[in-house]
Amino acid sequence: MIPSLPRPAWLRAATGLYVGAFLVFLFLPLTVVAVFAFNNAPYPAPPWHGFTLDWFLGNEAEGRVGLFRDTELLGSIWTSCTVALWVTGLSVVVGTANAFLMEREKFPGKGVLSMLMLTPLVIPGVILGISILAFASRLADLCSDLFGFDADFLRPGLPLVVLGQFSYIVAIATLTISARLKRFDRSLEDAALNLGASHMAVLWNITLPYLRPAIIGSAAIAFLMSFENFNTTLMLVGSDAPLTIMMYGRMREGATPVLNAVSLFLMTASAVLALTLLRRGKSAQAS
Amino acid sequence: MSDAAAGGRWSRRLVLALLLAPALLWLLTLIILPHADLAVLSFRERVAPREYAPSLAQYRTFFGEPLYWHVFVRTAFMSAIATLVTLLLAFPIAWIIAKLARGRMSALLFVVCLIPFWVSETVRTLGWMILLRESGVLPAILVHLGLTAQPVELLYHDATILVGLVYTSLLFMVVPLVGSLESLDNSLIEAAYDLGAKGWSILRTIVIPHAAPGITAGCIVVFMLTLGNYLTPTLLGGKNSLWFTEQIYTQFITRFNWEQGAAFGFLLLALSTAMVWLGLKLSGQRFSDVMRRV
Repeated sequence: MIPSLPRPAWLRAATGLYVGAFLVFLFLPLTVVAVFAFNNAPYPAPPWHGFTLDWFLGNEAEGRVGLFRDTELLGSIWTSCTVALWVTGLSVVVGTANAFLMEREKFPGKGVLSMLMLTPLVIPGVILGISILAFASRLADLCSDLFGFDADFLRPGLPLVVLGQFSYIVAIATLTISARLKRFDRSLEDAALNLGASHMAVLWNITLPYLRPAIIGSAAIAFLMSFENFNTTLMLVGSDAPLTIMMYGRMREGATPVLNAVSLFLMTASAVLALTLLRRGKSAQAS
Repeated sequence: MSDAAAGGRWSRRLVLALLLAPALLWLLTLIILPHADLAVLSFRERVAPREYAPSLAQYRTFFGEPLYWHVFVRTAFMSAIATLVTLLLAFPIAWIIAKLARGRMSALLFVVCLIPFWVSETVRTLGWMILLRESGVLPAILVHLGLTAQPVELLYHDATILVGLVYTSLLFMVVPLVGSLESLDNSLIEAAYDLGAKGWSILRTIVIPHAAPGITAGCIVVFMLTLGNYLTPTLLGGKNSLWFTEQIYTQFITRFNWEQGAAFGFLLLALSTAMVWLGLKLSGQRFSDVMRRV
C-alpha cells in the first residue's frame, strides 16, 4: 500500500510490471510513428525496408514528396501557426482582463458571470463549432439582406476558426491567470501607491511582472491547444485547412510516411516547448 | 474634495466598464447567442424554400428513426465504459505517483505520464492506426509469433475505439487523481492497518472517500471529452464507428440539414450537461471547484 507498511514481494513485482506496461502503452504509438518516418517504403507499415530520409527531403522527381517539399503540408503548418498566434494573443489579453474583473471588481451578477465563464469548458467542441457556424451565417445573411454587403469573414474560414477556438481557450487562460492574481499580496501595490506611484505605474511595474509566469504559461497552453484543436475547427474551416484537418483528410485516404515525418516534427516541437516550460517552472519555484 | 471623490468614482466605473466589455462580448457573441440561435434552429422546420415554421419535427425524427437514437445511446454507453476503464487504469498509476514513488522518482514518473499528451491527438491516432491495421505492426507480430495464421484486422472494432478513447483520456484522469491522493495523510492508512484493516477495506473506507472529489472531476471531464470526440472514433472505427458527433457532422456539413443537426447538437449537449450535473450531485461538489482541479 504505502512505503511505511510491509509490502509482500509479489506486490512490489506487480507494481513494477504495471508501471512498465503502462509506459509501453503510453509510448508505443508515438514510437511507431517516429520509427516509420524513416522507413524506405511507400506506406507506414512493416516490414522494415531500410533507413531513408526521403520522407523529409524527397522531391517529386524521385516520386516521393518529403515534408520539406510538400507545399500543401507546409502551408497548413503555416495556417495553424497563424491561427494559433491570433488565438493566443486574444486569449491572453482577454484572460488577463477577466482575471482583474473577477478578482478585483465587485458588481451585481458576478456569481452568474463567473459560472458562465466556465461553461465553454463543458460544451463539447463540436457543438461550440456548429453553434458559432450557424450564428455567424445568420449574421452574414442578415448583413447581405439589409445592407447588400457580403460579410465574408462570417462564412466558414480562418476568422471563424480563430473565434471558435478562442471561445473556450480564453476560459482556460482566465482560470490560470486568476489563480495567480488571487495569491498576489496587495500590500505591495498599496506600498507603491503610498510612495507616490500612479495606478498605471503600479500595474506595469508590480502587478503584471508578478503575473508573468501565469501569462507565459497560459500563452503556451493556448498556442498548443489551438494548434491541436480538431473538433471546433472541423466545423468552421473553409478552404484553408490547418494542419490537424489536413492530416485527418490524408489519414482517411491512406497516407504516406510523410505524415509520420510531420508528426515527428510536431513531437519534437511539443517536447521542446514542454521542457522549456518545465525548466521555467522549476526556476520560478526555486527563486 | 468631493470633486476628486466623484472623479475617483467615475474612473472606477470606467475601469469596471472596460474590464466587463471583453468578457460580455466574448460570452454573448460566442457562447450565449450562438446557443440560443441553435435552439431556435432546432425547433423549426422548412415548409417551403426559405420559409420556416416552428415545429418539433427534428426531435420527432430523432426518436422515430431507430438509427439516430441507437447511435446516441451507443455513444453514451461506450463513453461510460471508456470512462470506467480509464479510471481503473489510471488509479494504480496515480497511487504509485502520489504514494509509492519518492521525491524525484515520483516527479519524473508524473512528467513522463504527461508527455504523450503534449502531442496532438491526430498524431496519437496515427500511431494506433499503424499499430493495429491489417498490414500494421501488431498483426505482423501476431503472425510472427504463430498466434494467427494470417494478419488480422485489428482496426474498425468497438474495442479499438475504446482503446483509442481510453488512451486519449488518461491524462485527464491521472492529473486530478494524483492531486487528490497526494493530500491523503499516510498516517490514516497506517492507523487503519494497525487496527487490522486489510487492503481492500482500507481502499473502500479511507482512500476512495478521500479521493472522491478527484475521481468525480476526472470522470466528468473524461466522459464529456469522450462523448464529444470525433477524431478517434471515426479514424479507429471507420465506417462502423457510429458515433453521435459524426451524425451531427453529417447533418450539418454533408447534408446541409442545419435544423436536424442543431437538434442533434442540443441532444448531445443535454446529455453531456446532465452527466456533469449528476456527477456533481452525487459527489456534492461545486462546479467551479471541479473545473479548477483539472
